[in-house]
Amino acid sequence: MTVAPDAAVAEVTVTLTINGRAVSVPEGTSIHKACESAGIETPTLCWAENLTPVNVCRVCVVEVEGSRALVPSCARAAEDEMVVQTDSPRVRHSRKMVLEFLGSSVDLSQATELAAWMRHYGADPDRYDQPDLPAERISEEPKIQDDLYIRDYDKCVLCYKCVEACGDDAQHTYAIAVSGRGFDARISTEFDTVLPDSACVYCGNCIGVCPTGAIQFKTEFDMRAAEVWRPDEQEVTTTVCSFCGVGCNLELHTQDDRIVKVTSPADHSVTHGHLCIKGRFGWQYVQPPTRK
Amino acid sequence: MADLFIGDDIADDVEIAAVATVIGSPTAIVHETERLVYGGTHRRHDHRHLLLPALHALQSAKGWISPGGLNHVCELLQVPPAEAYGVATFYDMFRLDESDHPSEVAHVTHVCVDAACQIAANEELIAELEANGEQVHRSPCLGQCERAPALFRQGIGRPDSVPADAVEVAEAARRIPQQGDPSLRLLRNVGVVDPTSLDAYRANGGYRALAEAIEMGPAAVCAEVADSGLSGRGGAAFPTGVKWRAVAAEQGRPKHVVANCDESEPGTFKDRIVMEQDPFAVVESLTLAGFATGAENGWIYIRGEYPLATARLENAVGQAREAGLLGADAAGSGHRFDIEIRRGAGAYICGEETALFASLEGFRGEPRSKPPFPTTHGLFREPTAVNNPETLINTLDIVLHGAQDYRSRGTERSPGTKLLCVSGRVSEPGLYEVPFGTTLGQVLDLAGPLTGSGALAAVLMGGAAGSFVGPDALDMPLTLEDTRERGTTLGSGVVMAFTDEIDMTDVLVRIAEFFRNESCGQCVPCRVGTVRQHETMVQIQAKGSLSPQRRSLVGDIAEVMVDASICGLGHTAASAVNSAMDLGLLSATNGDSPR
Repeated sequence: MTVAPDAAVAEVTVTLTINGRAVSVPEGTSIHKACESAGIETPTLCWAENLTPVNVCRVCVVEVEGSRALVPSCARAAEDEMVVQTDSPRVRHSRKMVLEFLGSSVDLSQATELAAWMRHYGADPDRYDQPDLPAERISEEPKIQDDLYIRDYDKCVLCYKCVEACGDDAQHTYAIAVSGRGFDARISTEFDTVLPDSACVYCGNCIGVCPTGAIQFKTEFDMRAAEVWRPDEQEVTTTVCSFCGVGCNLELHTQDDRIVKVTSPADHSVTHGHLCIKGRFGWQYVQPPTRK
Repeated sequence: MADLFIGDDIADDVEIAAVATVIGSPTAIVHETERLVYGGTHRRHDHRHLLLPALHALQSAKGWISPGGLNHVCELLQVPPAEAYGVATFYDMFRLDESDHPSEVAHVTHVCVDAACQIAANEELIAELEANGEQVHRSPCLGQCERAPALFRQGIGRPDSVPADAVEVAEAARRIPQQGDPSLRLLRNVGVVDPTSLDAYRANGGYRALAEAIEMGPAAVCAEVADSGLSGRGGAAFPTGVKWRAVAAEQGRPKHVVANCDESEPGTFKDRIVMEQDPFAVVESLTLAGFATGAENGWIYIRGEYPLATARLENAVGQAREAGLLGADAAGSGHRFDIEIRRGAGAYICGEETALFASLEGFRGEPRSKPPFPTTHGLFREPTAVNNPETLINTLDIVLHGAQDYRSRGTERSPGTKLLCVSGRVSEPGLYEVPFGTTLGQVLDLAGPLTGSGALAAVLMGGAAGSFVGPDALDMPLTLEDTRERGTTLGSGVVMAFTDEIDMTDVLVRIAEFFRNESCGQCVPCRVGTVRQHETMVQIQAKGSLSPQRRSLVGDIAEVMVDASICGLGHTAASAVNSAMDLGLLSATNGDSPR
């Protein structure tokens, strides 16, 4: 686990070489952050600012001199005299393959950030299909169990973010976990119990961290199904939640003057991107069906 | 509980009684105020390592883990049910669907489907068992390759068993080929000393090494082990002395030594025989490791499919404890040391040391990123030395006779002797002990002529995670350095012989399927890569050829698994398949390498 550098405490600086350039960062900084400070962009999937790194997706791997295998830049701390390559043939190959593997097994159509990286690395997920033997895919029907949000594991890349947000990193509710093993591993409640019967408290923090749309607002899901979801036309209005005195920032996403979903900025000092059921879903009163 | 949501299903009396045998009194539950519940969250951490034993108890009592049973365990241990379900579904030996196990079934028979059994007519055995109305579970390697095809019976309401271990089966059937040979070092007690008696073990020199170690002191023991050049026998060959010294240097936190008895590499059965036939040596050497590293906690993590070895180790630990060889003043060393035994539940990945920690702690057996290494952040994130039984028992010899004597066997860079699990088409399959440097041909000669009418086509070295070599490798000295130089590995000591009458494509399809099934699913390169690799093998099997497009993928898939997987499973998952292609063992690939 990477310890976030605290400016007041971290007096020690380490200097590493990234792509031939010397880069100095506070001790404890991840390689990923060091790359960022050097202006080098790194694709990430399972990493997020507001979650503990789990380093499972392997799309952020870099080559570190002296290390036999590639290392996950999100979780490995930068060290003095480390020599890092972020664009070597091995790195490019692994990043491309990880993206291809995901694209060949799940529906990435709503993972907008990944599309750019797939083009960047020339990933071609279709090359795994054989004429009479299509590549096996994660094949799941959307789970629609309530009016607030849906889970469509056909789109799940098993980045563990929702599990982290539901558990130790934010909500401490532990309603979902990874079950099964290997390609059959899925995010699940106990015995796949429907959400309303599980420990879920409908904070929606899993939606907030999901990178692929596998967990999304029911409003968004329905509008996509009706082909009226138009993110380009949506307005985002920042406001403060009116339900209690904590002062959580809300970002109201509106389309045609109706609220379609609610998020909170990951870098907000109060929420770190996480909300409760009231902030996340308690906006229906603004636009009750009777006021249509 | 105030802070955990547990569903309405409740456990029945059978389940409650079964769980009580492993968890003990339910006083761990704190039902009342917020303040006490806070105490409860600490207990959650403290008791979680009992999750795996509790799941075993439920499975064994009812033949499956019911929602009520799971809820009961979750409430006692303060584990969120979703997490406990995630843990239970991780293991091959646990069922979470009642329909899998009709109540009239007394056991489920696991039949091994991996290489050694695959070429020993296991399918005929499965058909026969099913015709007799047995419920059959196709299992990955059961670690009984010398008596293929292998069986294991998972009991329902009764203990698990292995038919070949039954008392009616003459002890002679369990003879190792070299039994009684005076030159044996590691196997000297096997078949000669009663494995159930501490007195017999001591009468044959047992516990002299520990006494000697206590005389020498921890630093001198670590030095002797380092000087001996002993390296880990699980496949990674890490220097044992370096590992012990690193743990010994850690101060101020509880420390652990773990005997990694989760032997699951297809083709490997060495540790099983050591544990079954010389369990006191495992207990003594683990105690010695605890003394040398300053660890007070010893753990034996043994795979669930080894009931006899588990019983013998439990007996050995019990007798040692009674004799004061474990406990507050273990063997009069002034050092506190005790051993707890934990059973795995069917997961190859749990032999990977960090996955083993996760499993033992009550989490899914998912490997952790290294660094940090186990010597500083091991079990419970505390300093830990992990060794398998073969590595451990070597240290008895080293302490007793000194590093110089130890180095008189083997080669400069691979000192000592090595246990080899010889199986496949040989007339005397079994466990052999030879000095490092013995050639592959000499080892196969020891195991007698080939069986069947074919000629030697290939030898699988080091198991499914190892690689195939051709008959031209018979002159290869079996050392760490020579095998590495020839692009193969000793791995866990597997030497499996295949003749040219065997369809290697079937064997390779199964090896690919093995990795696909055993991948924990955590990282993308391994979770998806093993599936794509298996699909490639299936295409070869179905079509007898590989499309040019697919062929170019084989190397690509292997490279990302080697480069970007989290742990050794992914790193080695393509090794056997690629070596088989290089050797031309798959008719479709005609020997030219895809790489």
